[in-house]
Amino acid sequence: MNANTAEARQASQRGTAGGLSRPLEDTLDTRHGAILYLDDVTVSFDGFRALNKLTLDIGVGELRCVIGPNGAGKTTMMDVITGKTRPDSGSVFFGQTIDLTRHAEPEIAQLGIGRKFQKPTVFEAMSVQENLELALAGDKSVRASLMARLTGAARTRIDELLVTIRLADLRQRPAGLLSHGQKQWLEIGMLLAQEPRLLLLDEPVAGMTDAETEKTAELLCSLRGRHSMMVVEHDMDFVGQIAQKVTVLAEGRVLAEGSLAQVQADERVIEVYLGR
Amino acid sequence: MSQPYTLRLAAAAGPRAATFATALVLGLLLLLPLAHWALPAGHALHVSAYTLTLVGKILCYAVVALAMDLVWGYTGLLSLGHGLFFALGGYGMGMYLMRQIGRDGNYQSELPDFMVFLDWHSLPWFWQGTEHFAWAMLLVVLVPGLLALVFGWLAFRSRIKGVYFSIMTQALTFAAMLLFFRNETGFGGNNGFTDFKRILGYGIAEPATRALLFTATVLLLGAALWGGQRLVRSKFGRILTAIRDAESRLMFCGYNPLYYKLTIWVVSAVLCALAGALYVPQVGIINPGEMSPANSIEIAIWVALGGRGTLIGPVLGAGLVNGAKSWFTVAFPEYWLFFLGFLFIAATLALPNGVLGLFGKKGDRA
Repeated sequence: MNANTAEARQASQRGTAGGLSRPLEDTLDTRHGAILYLDDVTVSFDGFRALNKLTLDIGVGELRCVIGPNGAGKTTMMDVITGKTRPDSGSVFFGQTIDLTRHAEPEIAQLGIGRKFQKPTVFEAMSVQENLELALAGDKSVRASLMARLTGAARTRIDELLVTIRLADLRQRPAGLLSHGQKQWLEIGMLLAQEPRLLLLDEPVAGMTDAETEKTAELLCSLRGRHSMMVVEHDMDFVGQIAQKVTVLAEGRVLAEGSLAQVQADERVIEVYLGR
Repeated sequence: MSQPYTLRLAAAAGPRAATFATALVLGLLLLLPLAHWALPAGHALHVSAYTLTLVGKILCYAVVALAMDLVWGYTGLLSLGHGLFFALGGYGMGMYLMRQIGRDGNYQSELPDFMVFLDWHSLPWFWQGTEHFAWAMLLVVLVPGLLALVFGWLAFRSRIKGVYFSIMTQALTFAAMLLFFRNETGFGGNNGFTDFKRILGYGIAEPATRALLFTATVLLLGAALWGGQRLVRSKFGRILTAIRDAESRLMFCGYNPLYYKLTIWVVSAVLCALAGALYVPQVGIINPGEMSPANSIEIAIWVALGGRGTLIGPVLGAGLVNGAKSWFTVAFPEYWLFFLGFLFIAATLALPNGVLGLFGKKGDRA
């Protein structure tokens, strides 16, 4: 037990060094260096196996890119991790001890997994600042929401986030009026506001201009080490800019894993994905 | 196409002026009962019982519209069964008013007339205690509140949304209407409750009683506006609009929409019930017709016409539609429903943000 708490404290120190304002879940046990394990996960929709005995793990502080052709199961995998879809079989663990298949979406978010959708999804009727405020870590109960006042610490945190996502000048603008790229950033900012340990980003640069893509790559690289990240992307240039390790999915399972150069050289990958 | 000057003025003056104007109108409304009760019938400023009842009825509808807007305009849950909560509140009050008749009914019995007519010899269990005003008021709040809680819990937990949710609410009010139409249910069948004599011992048609009931209605509307304003401007209110606009995003922010939806759903139902409880003694009748699906749909029309997602809008909408209705049904009785349909289509096409949309940008959540 003692060793366990010591480890947990160590893990939480790693986290707070990254600029998080709340203590991390002491219960999150990442002793073996991995923050997420998927083991033998199968999901079928009407007989179609979206995930087929998928086994994958993400290390603490790692930035993992996941690529794969359409229908490879990338989004289904994110659905399983975030509790939107229940796997037919297999296990999904956050750290060593938390079984994610037993939790609903809001609980998983509270545990420290943030998810960005493929289509940028922000609260359009609210200002940029209000969007971030709603996403901030804290008590998310009805009772707390009725009493909530914006504290000084929260303001400071929002200011920091606005700088990080380059929207400081637009804080009062309704989110619905932002450009596509700015909405993507706002959504990433909202994820960061949750102070997650693991970020899942589904096509974060889809529809962005080259300049915006480059800035996003910078942003994600700057988060490396502080947060563990899993990025699903089709844009190979972007993957090249950020990737350490790339996982190729095909037909619901891992086809290859390694550096971008390694997987690009892999015969099977060329066949199913890179083509020609 | 320039807007009329007054409208531009209102838009420029902003939300503070809107609050002031609302308070002013509510204040003026409080003078009506005084003009009914204190001034003699011949006086130029005397307000007739007919007018007072009509305005009182419309104010009850305005509270319902506001309650509907909290769930539809702000949270995105289109209920087509809100008339049920209104009617249940009305029935709760109606039970008390029936008991207040005492032995003054047609059959001079302690039992309400319809029970004598059905040859019942004692009160059913659910009528016990309804002679006490406090217990009846508790029923007014608890019965619709609990029904909303159970229905909402089942529907929201199963993540029923959109048109499916609307259809379920419509089915609920329809089923309740059929149930209440049966004599055996114990609520007077298709005749419902009427011929009330007294409330709290005072004659129900007396000017002072009417004046007080009207005043209570204005106060309820004022309290609903004030409370609603505080609610929608709080973080809770912003979470409601977040449910409306991007529920999955909200879930992945760590909020469980179930409890937020349930809270506003029950608050809205209870507000409707309170309006129903004030409606019945003023109008003098409650019957299962109040639960008809058409009534609930009409509530949605008031809100859409006035302006969803604003608090004043639905109140104006209820006033406009019902004001027009009372004039139309007298002047051109056959054409009222055509006019209502036309109003809805015209509002949808020409005023997507409702009447209040004329006054300024949509973000003006007054």
